[in-house]
Amino acid sequence: MSKSSGGTWAPSMLRRGPRNAEQMFPGSSGKSWFGNWFGKMPWLTKLCFLWLILVILAAALADLIPGLADPNYQGFVFGDGKTNEGPTASHWLGTDNVSRDILARLIYGARVSLIFAFSLVAIGIIVGGTLGSIAGYFRGLLETFLMALVDTWLSFPALIGLVFITTMLGMRNLLVLVLVGAVFVWPSYTRIARATALSVSGQDFVTAARAIGTSRKRILVREIFPNVLPALLAYSLVGLPVLIILESTLSFLGLGVEIPTASWGGMINQARQDLLINIWPAVWPAVTLFMTVYSFNNLADWVRTQAATRSAAI
Amino acid sequence: MGGSEILRVEDLHTSFFLPIGELQAVRGVSFSLKRGRSLGIVGESGSGKTVLARSIMCLNLGSNVKTSGSAFFDGRDLLALSRREMRRLWGTEIAMIFQDPMTSLNPMVKIGRQVIEHLRQHKNVNRREAKQTALDLLNEVRIPEAESRIDRLPHELSGGMRQRVSIASALACEPSLLFADEPTTALDVTVQHQILNLLSREQRQRNMTMVMVTHDLGVIAGRTDDTLVMYAGKVVEQASTDEIFEKTQHPYTEALMRSIPRTSQASHTPLAAITGRPPVATHLPAGCAFSLRCPYVQPKCHEEDPPLVSIGTSGHKSACWYPVGSDANREAFERNLSDRLPQTLAVAESLGADQSPGIPADLPDGGIA
Repeated sequence: MSKSSGGTWAPSMLRRGPRNAEQMFPGSSGKSWFGNWFGKMPWLTKLCFLWLILVILAAALADLIPGLADPNYQGFVFGDGKTNEGPTASHWLGTDNVSRDILARLIYGARVSLIFAFSLVAIGIIVGGTLGSIAGYFRGLLETFLMALVDTWLSFPALIGLVFITTMLGMRNLLVLVLVGAVFVWPSYTRIARATALSVSGQDFVTAARAIGTSRKRILVREIFPNVLPALLAYSLVGLPVLIILESTLSFLGLGVEIPTASWGGMINQARQDLLINIWPAVWPAVTLFMTVYSFNNLADWVRTQAATRSAAI
Repeated sequence: MGGSEILRVEDLHTSFFLPIGELQAVRGVSFSLKRGRSLGIVGESGSGKTVLARSIMCLNLGSNVKTSGSAFFDGRDLLALSRREMRRLWGTEIAMIFQDPMTSLNPMVKIGRQVIEHLRQHKNVNRREAKQTALDLLNEVRIPEAESRIDRLPHELSGGMRQRVSIASALACEPSLLFADEPTTALDVTVQHQILNLLSREQRQRNMTMVMVTHDLGVIAGRTDDTLVMYAGKVVEQASTDEIFEKTQHPYTEALMRSIPRTSQASHTPLAAITGRPPVATHLPAGCAFSLRCPYVQPKCHEEDPPLVSIGTSGHKSACWYPVGSDANREAFERNLSDRLPQTLAVAESLGADQSPGIPADLPDGGIA
């Protein structure tokens, strides 16, 4: 037995053993939570995680990266650049068919994709989570109506609707795109939230909350919603790559953010015209898109297994 | 303090209307409870004890539940109160401890916050006071190192600890009436003992009235003042706990006691289970609900439902045509024995050939738990 800090030995020390979780399982307490978390990942998930961090950081800090070219600067117009150039010291990934720097466009394109995906997920969680929790906990006529609406909405093909609306719109900046996307994103979140809220409402702790005089509104906010949130977060991690692809699809169809704003789908579309001359302007955004989507899926899968082991341990 | 009546339940009925028919979970229960006393409600699974407790607390939800009768708490009929009025009573006057501490705590909220949740709602307390109260409560229910546990989530605690937390949260607003709905069923035996002792101690210290719902006679033995035995939604026997054990009147109570395994028995003694199954509450038999399983059953039992009548002067009530220990009961037993009724034979077998029925069960007073 190790010497305890007090110095004098007492028989009670034998009996007591480790006094808290930190002593029993060093590193298990909240403080080193992140370290543990990353260390437990398989190597591929680690790579995916790091890639996502890189993409997110690059997108967020694009303006601060020293030496990064202007994504819309067309060198050949001013006589200091070439179109369809291979990798050079100033253009690491080369230039596209109007002599813009591909790396810069990739990084600024990530910004569009990620803002689109993350804000739609946030809207889905907030709007869908609220509506679904209300429907699942309060039940009644409201639920019947809301769920009928959700079912009708979901039966309508979202891509066609998006293409229709974006075609009709005169202006297509990121904000407009997000708002249009939100119209099609909320129903699936509502449905998941409602299903989870239904099962949560039947749990004893909700009855226990009632038995101490908690109001229905407070139960919704304090008991139901926090327990609905994990399900929504799990769903949104799967939903993120789908939304990234959706944004790229729209851009590829020319219905995404207006040109010349860089976006991955738009870059592929642009490169399509000269695909037989130079394939690289299409390959880079395609690979980036693939890696990002794959990373999200891989990470989502890992989180899911972690959550499964954790709930099994409870 | 003692003496004044705190809870009086009169002819309480609760039914669930299901696709297969009306399920009568509680069928006319009446009892009264004095301030500071404790009452044990005993019965098999499905006997309606939990529904009874939840009906009194108005916790049964759903459009298919119908409750009639009355439950007077401090002179006010709980069943007639509006939701708003009820909300004022819940937690502050009446509280409940649930069966399964795994599900009765919110998995997403730290235990310290759960304990003081209703303090924050019912009384205006600031954060520091609330935290101190939470600490005091956790210490009071004997949670070791409450300071470090206060910020833990429920899944980080063991079952016994969690039940202590839910007890602490039920006690937070100092209710005068506490329902404990099988508080120890989900726990192992040693923890059961600790939790029950904790509850008894809190009840005595706070002069709280407590209703303990359980299916285990050992849980109430020596812990509650009065006992109510329920079967198929009805009270079949009601007396002070000592009386129930010493002068058992109802065959069902007797069968429950007989089915408790004892350490004095030789090993590998078969358990004296009650033959048959409890009746399905949608299709109750005519006459006495226990008649199909009763070793003393007579033709009259299938025809008429025995009323709950007083026996003696001590408030002992029982609902049986042939109460245990009476001559009629002995004759009925012998008649059934010669008719070779299966449940009677099973009882005779477990008693041994030379013993006669109706012996008071030799339960130790301290109880098994």
